[in-house]
Amino acid sequence: MVLADFFQWLQTPGLTHFLLVSGILFSLGVFAILTRRNAIMVLMGIELVLNAANINFLAFSRFTTGTLDGHVFAIFVIILAAAEAAIALAIILNIYQNFNSVNVDEINQLRD
Amino acid sequence: MDLYTIAFYLFAIVTLTSASIVVFSKNIIYSAFALLFAFFGVAGLYVLLMADFIAVTQLMIYVGGILVLVLFGVMLTTRVINVDMRTGTIQTLPAVLIVAALSGMLVGVFWTTDWRVMPASSGFEKTAPRIGELLLTSYLLPFEIASVVLLVALVGAAMIARREKKAQ
Repeated sequence: MVLADFFQWLQTPGLTHFLLVSGILFSLGVFAILTRRNAIMVLMGIELVLNAANINFLAFSRFTTGTLDGHVFAIFVIILAAAEAAIALAIILNIYQNFNSVNVDEINQLRD
Repeated sequence: MDLYTIAFYLFAIVTLTSASIVVFSKNIIYSAFALLFAFFGVAGLYVLLMADFIAVTQLMIYVGGILVLVLFGVMLTTRVINVDMRTGTIQTLPAVLIVAALSGMLVGVFWTTDWRVMPASSGFEKTAPRIGELLLTSYLLPFEIASVVLLVALVGAAMIARREKKAQ
């Protein structure tokens, strides 16, 4: 009976389904941020986290509020992600010129 | 199983599989290209959430802009000629513990909370005009600040990346 309920639940995607997808995406992003040595991989993890947050905004906007405020917040998140990616990659290129490496565990000097 | 359900599971599986490849692949080029498919999957989820404008924005800015930028970063900072594309991982065990706790908490909260879902919401027909109205009425100040932030980021990124080494 419980299993039948579960399959019934699986067949009607609602708010919880989207939230679960975004939760797993968020965890994967955090894992990339914590474990990868390459700074660009850390950046990709941040992008995954931001996408998970956007899915949450849009899911709540669609299923609970009925207004479009979540969409506006998603737009601001995308804008800030673009600015952040540009700045972060510029910093990474600069670090690569100075240290000849972009591994975050080898970069431990503020100046030479 | 209607079409909406099938599309949802298709996009969810594409997103999560690609994100796993991004996170767990040893080769950074594979990661960068898997990120492309992850962004596509997320855009599909946006469409299913009746967010057409955000989905197109996602495709244009993430796939067209940020991903190209990331690929440039990969190409410029990785020694492509030597085989040095493999990137290692650090502090795996603490990260596994932290992420397991985090994801368990998130999934538990999402699963057990009784969300107040609006009954029979048919979604929005055209979101772009209403988003435009909101951006120019309720969210005018954040909108203007965002434009200034983008300008500053553009100038700052160009300045940081093009700094030339001083002739000693």
